[in-house]
Amino acid sequence: MTIYGKGLRGLSLATIATLGVALTLIFFYAPLDANQGFVQKIFYVHVPLAIISLCGFIFGGALAVGYLRTGDKRWDMRSYVAIHLALIFGIGGLITGSIWAKASWGHWWVWNEPTLVSFMIVLLLFATYQPLRFSIDDPERQSRYASVFAIVAGAFVPLNFIAVRLAQEYVHPRVLTLSGGNLPGPMRLTFLVSFLGLLLLYVTLWKYEMAAKNARMQVRALRRRLLGDDGIRPVGRSAAPS
Amino acid sequence: MKTTLTVLRKDLRLELRTLETVPAMTLFAVTTFVIFHFGLNRATIDGQLAASVLTTTLLLAGMLGVNRLFVAEREQGGFDAFLLAPVDRTAMLVAKAAALFTFLTVLEVIAVPAFGLLLLGPSLGRSLPGLIAVLALADLGIAVIGTLVSAIAIHTRARDLIGPVIGLPLLIPALIATARAIGPLLAVHGSSSPPGKWLAVLALYDVVFALIAYAVFDFLLED
Repeated sequence: MTIYGKGLRGLSLATIATLGVALTLIFFYAPLDANQGFVQKIFYVHVPLAIISLCGFIFGGALAVGYLRTGDKRWDMRSYVAIHLALIFGIGGLITGSIWAKASWGHWWVWNEPTLVSFMIVLLLFATYQPLRFSIDDPERQSRYASVFAIVAGAFVPLNFIAVRLAQEYVHPRVLTLSGGNLPGPMRLTFLVSFLGLLLLYVTLWKYEMAAKNARMQVRALRRRLLGDDGIRPVGRSAAPS
Repeated sequence: MKTTLTVLRKDLRLELRTLETVPAMTLFAVTTFVIFHFGLNRATIDGQLAASVLTTTLLLAGMLGVNRLFVAEREQGGFDAFLLAPVDRTAMLVAKAAALFTFLTVLEVIAVPAFGLLLLGPSLGRSLPGLIAVLALADLGIAVIGTLVSAIAIHTRARDLIGPVIGLPLLIPALIATARAIGPLLAVHGSSSPPGKWLAVLALYDVVFALIAYAVFDFLLED
């Protein structure tokens, strides 16, 4: 039996500490942006959320490969948790992005903005992940098909960004380029701490959910052994692997 | 290879005898042109707008074919028969993609002239070779992704809904590239060769998804 709760306490504390430091840095250390003023501070939350969400989608696809290779349904569960947390982070990124766009460009939504548009397409695609799972009854087939979907969609993420980026002119501030970006020192430090904090949050939540799901599975297995098949309630139709 | 040809021949013969899918796709496309005429309230269109109308219509008509692709297999036990036969499962992917590609080609042979007749301002003649090249690449992408999506959707309860809902976002990059590549061809004094950048994007898209489909398709047939 694998215990997924191992190290959770330390991880949770580290997450809280890092997020606390990040918030302190955001509000008291990072300088105000010359053009956008205070509202620019949402950047320290929005950009990490979006990046982590996209990485989470790809991470989910990579975990799904594990399921197809081994047929072990714990891989499918890992992939499921990764994708559904990434969806939540992604919606957070979309909302914060929208607020930022309204404040700095005057519109809730801008179409000539490749990062925003491709992000929405990716989100639209992954929003079908749960309906797809939900509409397949057989759990084994559900895992298999969801894994295939996760792999295809994970590969879709970078391709989609290439296509949309080529289609439009740049409006987005290019803060993260391969040459190191054009953020001044204090801002970059704040951004990196904030990114680390949110990344830790993602990992912690992922581990928590895995621990919960795993514990439930073990409880069911124990009940079945002690009380027989009548002792457990049947699993309802669900999008989540159980 | 022999298996692929056999399955493909079966699909084409089935379509020729029942005439279920392709006529419906064509009819849908022509109806959509009429809807666009009234929706846009324009007698003729050209340039990027024309390219978008054409691409969108073909994509949506293509989705009809995607939805129907595996219906016969599911209803009449073709999957079981195929799995029982000692043949490579990839043959099914290739055959189905080829069948869908053929359907799309027939659709375009009718729908593109109809578009030229009904909506397009500039004449089609000059840009035809470029248009054929772009549409062939686009069809390849729709055929590969459509087959994959159709195979995923066919075993779900809400299969008619799941297909388009997964397929359309996956095809958005192909749609962007196709519409941008066709745009200059349909302009009033446009060029006669499509922009290479978008052809490259389409080709890249086709290759990547063909490889992915090849890698994962077997898992969709397993039972």
